[in-house]
Amino acid sequence: MSSLLRLATAGSVDDGKSTLVGRLLYDTKSVLADQLDAVQRASVDRGLSTPDLSLLVDGLRSEREQGITIDVAYRYFATPRRSFVLADTPGHVQYTRNTVTGASTAQLAVLLVDARNGVVEQTRRHAAVLALLGVPRLVLAVNKIDLLDYDEAAFAVIAKEFAAHAASLGYPEGTVLTIPVSALHGDNVAAHSANTPWYSGPTLLEHLENVPVAPDPHDAPFRLPVQYVIRPRTAEHPDYRGYAGQISSGTVRPGDDVVVLPQGLRSTVERVDTYGGPLAEAGAGSSVTVVLADDLDISRGDLIAAVDSRPTVTDELGAVLCWLSGSPLRAGARLLVKHGARTVQAMVEELTSRFDEQSLSTVDSPDALELNEIGGVRLRLAEELPVDDYARSPRTGAFLVIDPKDGDTLAAGMVGDRFSALGEPAA
Amino acid sequence: MTTLEAATDAAKDNLAALESEAIHIFREVAGEFDRPVILFSGGKDSTLLLHLAIKAFWPAPVPFPLLHVDTGHNFEEVLSFRDGVVDKYGLRLVVAKVQDWIDDGRLTERPDGTRNPLQTTPLLDTIAEQKYDAVFGGGRRDEERARAKERIFSLRNAFGQWEPRRQRPELWNLYNGRHRPGEHVRVFPLSNWTEADVWNYIAREEIELPSIYYAHRRKVYRRDGMWLTEGPWGGPREDEEVKELTVRYRTVGDGSCTGAVESTASTVEDVIAEVQASRLTERGATRADDRLSEAAMEDRKREGYF
Repeated sequence: MSSLLRLATAGSVDDGKSTLVGRLLYDTKSVLADQLDAVQRASVDRGLSTPDLSLLVDGLRSEREQGITIDVAYRYFATPRRSFVLADTPGHVQYTRNTVTGASTAQLAVLLVDARNGVVEQTRRHAAVLALLGVPRLVLAVNKIDLLDYDEAAFAVIAKEFAAHAASLGYPEGTVLTIPVSALHGDNVAAHSANTPWYSGPTLLEHLENVPVAPDPHDAPFRLPVQYVIRPRTAEHPDYRGYAGQISSGTVRPGDDVVVLPQGLRSTVERVDTYGGPLAEAGAGSSVTVVLADDLDISRGDLIAAVDSRPTVTDELGAVLCWLSGSPLRAGARLLVKHGARTVQAMVEELTSRFDEQSLSTVDSPDALELNEIGGVRLRLAEELPVDDYARSPRTGAFLVIDPKDGDTLAAGMVGDRFSALGEPAA
Repeated sequence: MTTLEAATDAAKDNLAALESEAIHIFREVAGEFDRPVILFSGGKDSTLLLHLAIKAFWPAPVPFPLLHVDTGHNFEEVLSFRDGVVDKYGLRLVVAKVQDWIDDGRLTERPDGTRNPLQTTPLLDTIAEQKYDAVFGGGRRDEERARAKERIFSLRNAFGQWEPRRQRPELWNLYNGRHRPGEHVRVFPLSNWTEADVWNYIAREEIELPSIYYAHRRKVYRRDGMWLTEGPWGGPREDEEVKELTVRYRTVGDGSCTGAVESTASTVEDVIAEVQASRLTERGATRADDRLSEAAMEDRKREGYF
């Protein structure tokens, strides 16, 4: 059975992300004849002599008109070893929110730089965002290496600078790879390039196929946000009451002692049900229905957790927000917080810090958080939530900030002090 | 099985991960919305969608009705399959017939006779009349460039329109279903599936499909590079020669614009082998309406189409 790797791209404008993604699709034969015909026709219409692979992915009218990527797009390709879901994110500073969108589910991120420019401000900013979101692995694709005549020394300078930057963000050795590529010509994307005999590492595709997908640590504590209570009330199942949800972390087995939060009720797992039959054990990522031994009052929004390793139940959150809205955030703002399957009212008590991606340091007590800024906040909640530190348990440490007026998503929230994690190599 | 293996099951197995994600999405909508509905055409994607919905709520029944926008140009085999599925699972089916809209003057037949573009009005009218606030569709991002940009929860304004520049960021597995009165959310649980995933899952789960997905003899005629079949949509014209060929369908939709492909694939396994070897996308091979312009799908979605 093939596995699934979720990855995201990031990089600044015009460094060739769409071309690289087009190249990956093309070289894995994920582009079919009619799609290629369409690109060829469009390229000829634009007066180009060779097909512009970026047209494979820039799907919106305004993107094709402007030749830029505006919105995150999801692409699919597969090799015999693996299936890939790729979030192709735009490079413009004003669209950093889409980098956050793509990175929140990514197990690996491919950052692009233009070999002629090397590591630029946007590279450092994106790498910091990826580190804050906890993306476990990075690839730096040094693109357009052909325009530097495949110069080994220039590549080495960029690789060294990026390795140092990644290390300062807390990426341990072995989690970051730098590859010289030409997306336009296909060097080191799917095939080893004869133009870079000095590069002995894997091609981008080989790396994506072989990179270990960070497993959920097997000792992570069990967490199941209750999404929906299944009560058939049918002749066949008159008394059935199951708590349905996707396991956030850890594993569950019949007989396990659990606690239901925020109430703190105790019970034992009687069965782990699925349509295909009961399971002896289920792990993180599985959507299951848990039946408990006791008849408790549990509803959507509650969290079922391991008794011996509970989340913190609190109505005061210290958290880091990636602010994704054009209207700035100020202290006193009234918001909604969606955590797991529960949405609660919240008030911003204090903006504690603002992150500076350049210096990788924080500024204390800012007046506001503007679009794309990242900062620390203290939130007071109308109801208690069971939360984990994002660093240890991302799925139960993550939340959305929603505008109560129009329902728009305003921020990505992460419980705990993410900034202190930067600079400390992950365990 | 060791604990570590169990813990990473879903990550290791592509189809298990996609199934679990889709079930999570179904349950999230059931928890957050008042009046969801599943768009159901009887095609392979909506049949797969229904299969996942049944799994998500078992042993309880699916807590949503089905909605079919019937262009009046549907394949008989698909309509009887649709009714069979509804009976088998005891589901509620709402049918919005394009013909009703034509009869009372809310829609006019197009000169080219194709009714596919006419579906949008009955769909939006029915969503408004029935006050549906979440509408599940079987759309996949691999189908088309504009779909690749669409979120899993895709907010539509009071006119049913998609506004690509105003999409909400979609973070982790946390979906934001908030909407204002009159707005609704289109939900795409199969977003991350590819055509190959769909067929592999159909094989694994032994999901029954309308017979026209498999090779059969059929009288067809050539139009715009596609093999169309006789039907109420008109055709063949005098200059169009009818041939009897062994064909199957890769997509099923409005008969006026859905073409058959020559194929001898008569089992799921044959179809999987054929899809893997094909050099054409399913839409490129069999859907005339996507060929209209470079951004045909985006333009239709902006109007409220799926």
